[in-house]
Amino acid sequence: MADLELHSFTVNFGPQHPAAHGVLRLVLEMEGEVVERADPHIGLLHRGTEKLIEYRPYLQNIPYFDRLDYCSMLCQEHSYVLAVEKLLGVEVPLRAQYIRVLFDEITRILNHLLNITTMALDIGAMTPLLWMFEEREKLMGFYEQVSGARMHANYYRFGGVNRDLPAGMEDRIRAWMAQFEPKLDDVDRLLTENRIFKQRTVDIGVVSAENAIALGFSGPMLRASGVAWDLRKAQPYEVYDRLDFDVPIGKHGDCWDRYLVRLAEIRESLKIMRQCLDQMPPGPVRTGDKKVTPPPRAEMKRSMEALIHHFKLYTEGVHVPAGEVYAATENPKGEFGVYLVSDGTNKPYKCKIRSPGYVHLQALEEMSRGHTLADVPAIIGSIDIVFGEIDR
Amino acid sequence: MTPREANNDDALRDLLAQIEATLGAVLLSGSIARGEVSLSIETAPLPRVLTYLRDDPAMLFRQLVDVTAVDYPDEEPRFEVVYHLLSLHHNQRLRVKLRVDEGQPVPSAVPVFRCANWFEREVWDMYGILFSDHPDLRRLLTDYGFEGHPLRKDFPLTGYVEMRYDDEQKRVVYEPVKLKQDFRTFDFLSPWEGGGGRLPGDEKATAP
Repeated sequence: MADLELHSFTVNFGPQHPAAHGVLRLVLEMEGEVVERADPHIGLLHRGTEKLIEYRPYLQNIPYFDRLDYCSMLCQEHSYVLAVEKLLGVEVPLRAQYIRVLFDEITRILNHLLNITTMALDIGAMTPLLWMFEEREKLMGFYEQVSGARMHANYYRFGGVNRDLPAGMEDRIRAWMAQFEPKLDDVDRLLTENRIFKQRTVDIGVVSAENAIALGFSGPMLRASGVAWDLRKAQPYEVYDRLDFDVPIGKHGDCWDRYLVRLAEIRESLKIMRQCLDQMPPGPVRTGDKKVTPPPRAEMKRSMEALIHHFKLYTEGVHVPAGEVYAATENPKGEFGVYLVSDGTNKPYKCKIRSPGYVHLQALEEMSRGHTLADVPAIIGSIDIVFGEIDR
Repeated sequence: MTPREANNDDALRDLLAQIEATLGAVLLSGSIARGEVSLSIETAPLPRVLTYLRDDPAMLFRQLVDVTAVDYPDEEPRFEVVYHLLSLHHNQRLRVKLRVDEGQPVPSAVPVFRCANWFEREVWDMYGILFSDHPDLRRLLTDYGFEGHPLRKDFPLTGYVEMRYDDEQKRVVYEPVKLKQDFRTFDFLSPWEGGGGRLPGDEKATAP
């Protein structure tokens, strides 16, 4: 008995650990090399976003959503913008819907490239990270071309997007896609059937379909367990119901399946982007509703009414009708929802951000129990956590 | 309204009627707004309601998406606890709400939905709402040893204490917040619309 007690001890993993993908503090109770209990301590990156949102007019809150999960920026803005649009009841022009879908998918590729390569890095493969970060840099270039910022774009607006795509952008995206596909195949060849990679991921952190639903999983985590559920298909928003794409699902729900699902999703995203570029009609990119969209600068010089609208919009801000609404989009990490309570003024009364990573990290204990310490970074990598959204 | 939305609304009305028939007096009110169904229920039978919503073949809301609370300091009872459910089987969403006062515990949803654990810990942390039978009701997001519940409306945005590293004591110290200028909230609301329509000076009209 005394011999057994010698073998059990507690390991403090993080909060500053390169494999923790941020500031995760994990208190691991170990029995030799085997994890008995994992207690994640989160909140080290808590910035009180939900409190700050209650003190800002609706428009000024959009940038906060970029800064939650700093790897899938525009997708989060999308949820917030959808929630406000649902309360306002404004229509989004078709071109803006296509632009949003296009950038959602660019964001998805950005996020999945980061996740796949850093997960590979955690378990010993460095090359994919070096290759794919070059591609991420080019994708952030597209962000910069539409919004001026590489990451925190602040590009979506209520009733559309801030401005139209610059001239020649569509050709540049097509050119990027053409050169990206062979590089993605290289990563696929390097990782998927790699002996070491499979040793570290296959049958690690298995979650059954039943468990995945009970644990509240969404996105690639749920699909890797074999549940065909994708908000883009099930509850389509914007123009997803006009686009043709497949939803890849896994079979075993282990780390390898989660990697495969993400890899397949990148290819589906490329398919969606191509269709968006083909189908995108010309036209306005913001709603014509003068209570939501500021007037063009030229009109302000001549029209008194336009000047008043501009003044009202940038001092008071948008008045949102009282009510409550929940809007969710399929983020790269899972279902990202915004629950908004409005009291009819220009500031949200309450804004709850439902982040997918929060729910997934909660299941870390169940997933890592009985595995060795070396498997924990592989599981954390496959969960795809970013602390900006977990701590909020 | 497109045909798809119209069908959807019919389905929601059916859903609500079914829930009303089953829950009876436990259900205080049910409404459909903007394509979302909301239920207001009594506090005590929450686990029973959630179990019914999860297991009944017509419901199958097997996923708990979110738990949160809203603070209404002027109302009685003060807090509204909000549960969002999702049925993957029927592709429907549902919102369940209940009202509690400060210090009054809510029965925990953890026995029904495992993933409620962290959600309830967060609500306790942020609003100070207690959950009875919760396996591990510790603070989650705030600092170790934090006092107060930050998302309550009476908690100031700047907080009460600030932290810095003291080079003389070689450790982190907590001090009361000192602001270089007063905290400013700009109220750009037009007094002629919204906000109750009261103008500054209106109180003089009713003063004796």
